[in-house]
Amino acid sequence: MKKTTLLIAGFLAAAVVAAVPASAAEQVKPPRESWSFAGPFGTFDRAQLQRGFKVYREVCASCHGLSRVAFRNLSQPGGPEFTEGQVKALAAEYQIQDGPNEAGDMFERPGRPADHFPSPFPNENAARAANGGAYPPDFSLLAKARTYERGFPLFIVDAIPFFEYAEHGVDYIHALLTGYREAPAGTTLQPGQYWNEYMPGHAIAMPPPLSDGQVEYPKDEAGNPVVPETVDQYSRDVSAFMMWAAEPHLEARKAMGFKVIIFLIVFAALLYFTKKKIWARAHAEEAHG
Amino acid sequence: MSGHSTYVPKSAVAKWFESRLPLVGLVHSSFVAYPTPRNLNYFWTFGAILSFMLVAQIVTGIVLVMHYTPHATLAFSSIEHIMRDVNYGWLLRYLHANGASMFFIAVYIHIFRGLYYGSYKAPREILWILGVIIFLLMMATAFMGYVLPWGQMSFWGATVITNLFSALPIVGEPIVTWLWGGYSVDNPTLNRFFSLHYLLPFMIVGVVALHIWALHVVGQNNPAGLDVKNLKKDTVPFTPYATIKDFFAVVCFFVFFAWFVFYIPNYLGHADNYIEANPAVTPAHIVPEWYFLPFYAILRAIPDKLAGVIAMFAAIAVLAFLPWLDTSRVRSATYRPLYKQLFWVFVLCCIGLGYLGAKPPEGGYVIASRVLTAYYFLHFIVILPILGLIEKPRAMPGSIAEDVLRKHGGAPVGLASGASAEPNSKG
Repeated sequence: MKKTTLLIAGFLAAAVVAAVPASAAEQVKPPRESWSFAGPFGTFDRAQLQRGFKVYREVCASCHGLSRVAFRNLSQPGGPEFTEGQVKALAAEYQIQDGPNEAGDMFERPGRPADHFPSPFPNENAARAANGGAYPPDFSLLAKARTYERGFPLFIVDAIPFFEYAEHGVDYIHALLTGYREAPAGTTLQPGQYWNEYMPGHAIAMPPPLSDGQVEYPKDEAGNPVVPETVDQYSRDVSAFMMWAAEPHLEARKAMGFKVIIFLIVFAALLYFTKKKIWARAHAEEAHG
Repeated sequence: MSGHSTYVPKSAVAKWFESRLPLVGLVHSSFVAYPTPRNLNYFWTFGAILSFMLVAQIVTGIVLVMHYTPHATLAFSSIEHIMRDVNYGWLLRYLHANGASMFFIAVYIHIFRGLYYGSYKAPREILWILGVIIFLLMMATAFMGYVLPWGQMSFWGATVITNLFSALPIVGEPIVTWLWGGYSVDNPTLNRFFSLHYLLPFMIVGVVALHIWALHVVGQNNPAGLDVKNLKKDTVPFTPYATIKDFFAVVCFFVFFAWFVFYIPNYLGHADNYIEANPAVTPAHIVPEWYFLPFYAILRAIPDKLAGVIAMFAAIAVLAFLPWLDTSRVRSATYRPLYKQLFWVFVLCCIGLGYLGAKPPEGGYVIASRVLTAYYFLHFIVILPILGLIEKPRAMPGSIAEDVLRKHGGAPVGLASGASAEPNSKG
């Protein structure tokens, strides 16, 4: 019978395994980057978030909104942690539509920390009209709204403590921003499309947004930028910033998680010994019959 | 087995109350004096784990509702408001979203426990069928809950699943329109799903009460699958023995739960659900939550839509007939050499279906789904009825007490301190 069972199990397993190669045309896997916010003790690198915000503001913001983030969030703990003064000054640089006033008219006023980032386009149609039909997605949630397939068995490993992996989205974004290549011979791209190694289907409507030296980074005493002003570094920084924008309480979550899990483990250990002690009585009864 | 209450009210007030409403006596007989078999292993703690999860889901859900807005144009933003601006809103939402998955992990272990140890057999048929009803209610609740954030996968999942009813002849289309409250999944759909998502958990509470009631009438099954013969020798009182063991197991389960909530909160979700619902854009792969995947695979394995829908519901309904499909008189797989092996084949079959449910319905995946779907039903409809007739069970211990002694084999008499380590854990 054991043989029969193994035969059945083998047959069922073969059916599944045989199915696997059927799926061709898989997405190119983005390389796995190391992020300061990965892992159980992960925290954002404030300087990186501030640089990432600078990249967003100077490059991405002309097309991509950040509508779920308020200016005040930039000074909250666990984020870029700009000072309140900096945030106030920054908000004031934006014009926010408000109203209606007593006369019933809408008006524009300088932004306040409580305001959200205004979107670059009044609506989706306007955004599409300005971008050759493509709609630049809002950045607020993008780091969580993008991912890539890890496949079996890696997707199981991703859930295991010490091997866990939750940075699929940022890895994908970083790969995408650095993934512009010459289209391989034989591929046809529509006008206004670019070839990107990591974009599913490889055709992307966004022109390569970053170039080396495009954004000026803070300098050290010697006058050299603290980190290289390269596409790779810009992508890394803006991806980290997008992760924070998508999950502003990430640091609080991880810090609390450590305390909760330690508490639960200690509590479980105490309960285990209590249980052992209580059951000793029952086992004594059993032994004595 | 109920009615073993040894509760004697002591104070005058307690006596007065007990003679008018014997509530304390009921609780005492159900959760204190209730006799539990001595040989239960840790798989028997999942009932307590599920009760805790149900309460946790209701509590976090009620608080979430205080901040959530069930409207097609506001729902998605209100979830983000919870995640960003509500104090510990991120914690509440991640607890609730992952809690649903934990609930299903626990219920699947609970169900497979029942399958392995034959917990559905006489006299526990009603207990088992109530369990199947709870499972159905859980699925309905989880499905509607997943629609509430109004992300892309919420919207398209709701569209695909409600559309299944259109497979019914004649009445199909009107039913779908009626379910939607319009001609597509839209605000009326969201509103009614929200209403039902709030209602169904309380129905689950009701059926769980019946489930526990039935359990306390017929008594718990146990790893040996034997009936209790001698209350004193075969059982221990629920409190403190089962209470402390269950409590320990619940806290261990919460460690597992916390790992997901705090470190990989989106692992079990879909990235697409962080994109607001958009009827004009269909996601590349519409995939339900992981706990529906085996049934989704069965649905798609059948080329005909109506037959697929019937097969999917039949895959759950067949569980209700299990007490009569399994012809073996022996409950526990421990003493059923053939069933023991085929049980594990069945587990693998279900996991395989789950894997295939997540894959696009093309090429080899479809063929594999068909093979596994066929085996799924074969297991219940052909294998189980025949197996009971041809299988030669192993020799069973005479009583639960004997089973315990066998497991703790050779613990010398007089070793009373509990030094016989690992008490009852593998029982």
